[in-house]
Amino acid sequence: MKAFRSVTSRAAVLDRPDVDTDQIIPKQFLKRIERTGFGEFLFFDWRKDPAFELNQPEAAGARILLAGRNFGCGSSREHAPWALQDYGFEAIIAPSYGDIFRQNSLKIGLLPVTLPADQVHELIARARAGEELTVDLESLTAGGFAFELDAFSRECLLGGLDEIALTLREEPAIAAYESSHAAPVSTLAI
Amino acid sequence: MAQTLFEKVWEGHVVERAEGRPDLLYVDLHLVHEVTSPQAFEGLRLAGRKVRRPELTLATMDHNVATGDDTPVDPLSEQQLETLARNCDEFGVPLYATGSGREGIVHVIGPELGLTQPGLTIVCGDSHTSTHGALGALAFGIGTSEVEHVLATQTLSQAKPRSLRLRFEGELPEGATAKDMVLAAIGRIGVDGGVGHVVEYAGPAIEALSMEGRLTICNMSIEGGARAGMIAPDDTTFAYLEGRPGVPKGADWERALDRWRALPTDDGATFDREVVIDVSTLASQVTWGTNPGMVVPIDGAVPDPASFADADERAAAERALVYMGLEPGTAIRDITIDRVFIGSCTNSRIEDLRAAAAVVQGQRVHPSVRAMVVPGSAHVKAQAEAEGLDRVFESAGFEWRRAGCSMCLGMNPDVLAPGERCASTSNRNFEGRQGAGGRTHLVSPVVAAATALAGHFTEPGA
Repeated sequence: MKAFRSVTSRAAVLDRPDVDTDQIIPKQFLKRIERTGFGEFLFFDWRKDPAFELNQPEAAGARILLAGRNFGCGSSREHAPWALQDYGFEAIIAPSYGDIFRQNSLKIGLLPVTLPADQVHELIARARAGEELTVDLESLTAGGFAFELDAFSRECLLGGLDEIALTLREEPAIAAYESSHAAPVSTLAI
Repeated sequence: MAQTLFEKVWEGHVVERAEGRPDLLYVDLHLVHEVTSPQAFEGLRLAGRKVRRPELTLATMDHNVATGDDTPVDPLSEQQLETLARNCDEFGVPLYATGSGREGIVHVIGPELGLTQPGLTIVCGDSHTSTHGALGALAFGIGTSEVEHVLATQTLSQAKPRSLRLRFEGELPEGATAKDMVLAAIGRIGVDGGVGHVVEYAGPAIEALSMEGRLTICNMSIEGGARAGMIAPDDTTFAYLEGRPGVPKGADWERALDRWRALPTDDGATFDREVVIDVSTLASQVTWGTNPGMVVPIDGAVPDPASFADADERAAAERALVYMGLEPGTAIRDITIDRVFIGSCTNSRIEDLRAAAAVVQGQRVHPSVRAMVVPGSAHVKAQAEAEGLDRVFESAGFEWRRAGCSMCLGMNPDVLAPGERCASTSNRNFEGRQGAGGRTHLVSPVVAAATALAGHFTEPGA
């Protein structure tokens, strides 16, 4: 995956709660069999509205997205973080995320920063005033606020590590589990 | 130490646990469909990796398939379906392709084949994988990177979620259904109420539910933010499973029962959170907005956004009403509809179809309504036809279609036109979910059926 260390950029603001992945990338774009090229379809329906937040000149070129609570709820489509990353975002800052979206983002090197709502609101105010923000994974800070991330995800992001390769190193443990646990089902035997 | 059902299943699947690392969990069953798998198989190919356990993997075609007899799918859908077939062939993964007689919505066929069993860990690149928890499995949706990880290693790195018990007390009134229970629960806890949690649904009203009802409840766990929902296996579960193709036979069946009976949450086990919901006065539920938590009883009215104390919720309600084309104060029963969809992994099982057919028997769909029934699997379709339900629906003016996800998500020819309003038994009323500009109201199968006849929201016997 793409490594993440630090980003300094203006931040786009999408201060709405419960933005679901159907909005981030509508279903008609899930038919592609590639991982790339989703950015142009990001928020496809909402972007038709000239007043939509990402259509504003101050959002252009932003590599940080400030979002509302429960961002990325709904469908498990990894196409949503693919689209955000392909569009140019490297980090998101929000009070909370849909669990699957957050996990998917971590797996591709799009950093989902969680901060308390009052701190997100302060960052939104600063971003609207034109301030650039820095999200730094080594110091675990976003706009000067400390955030938490589990050590494993941080290590994978900093190194851009291939998690499958890491797990395959645990082959002895996996094989030991398999030899002590008979498979409860077989999809070939039915 | 007393353990919850969730803890028992989780702890039984830890392959490796190390300080500062998420647990490495073994996956017993990996379900695959055409939409979220192509990039995962491509990743394996590029890295020269194999599918570690094809016999613990099963693929089907559901999201893109056409459900009409003569509607072709578009070329991109065709390519995605062909890609799945080619990948399954190359990597040795069994596939129930369209026309095989065993195809269907991935969350309908797992339980139906008896592959979904108590105590298993089950994953799929689909958020409604939570459905399988109805049989006491730990089942959750994953993204494509994780699909690739499971294909290659049969494991997943996962931080252990917190636990939430939703207890449903009281006896469900006549006319109210499992769908109404779960919609009311989401209305209560909010669409992010379960974030970071695995839910165990418990209490007398859950124990009284059929397997189909329990599947409906667990299906919508993700709509309350929870990645997984579980229900303790009991005699209802065992009776449902016995004799299905995937379950053990003879002495093995008895041994399986012994294991399964040890799974329910121990007395004295604790949850991180508990919520109690009394269902004794629960009415049919209808959503009015653009997420499943925006829900009221059928006797209620579209709320006034000004009534929401939280500024975010107020703004969200205002946007939702604009999108939905609704005015505050409008009685739900006065809202007229254009389309009715009975189907999806939430409500397309045989019991759902029987309940809807009983409502429409001998009646006619309202002339301004187009209504369709889409069975969840080829097996459900065949069973319904053997019972004559197809004729009940067709003579009432419903379209009777082939198995698939259909109009739940509009990735196939079944979509709403902009502005069309639909009473739908599916799980998501997000903007554009059933077609750009389409307006979705989530309801139970019996409300959908009665609404199709009346042309506005109503329930049987109203």
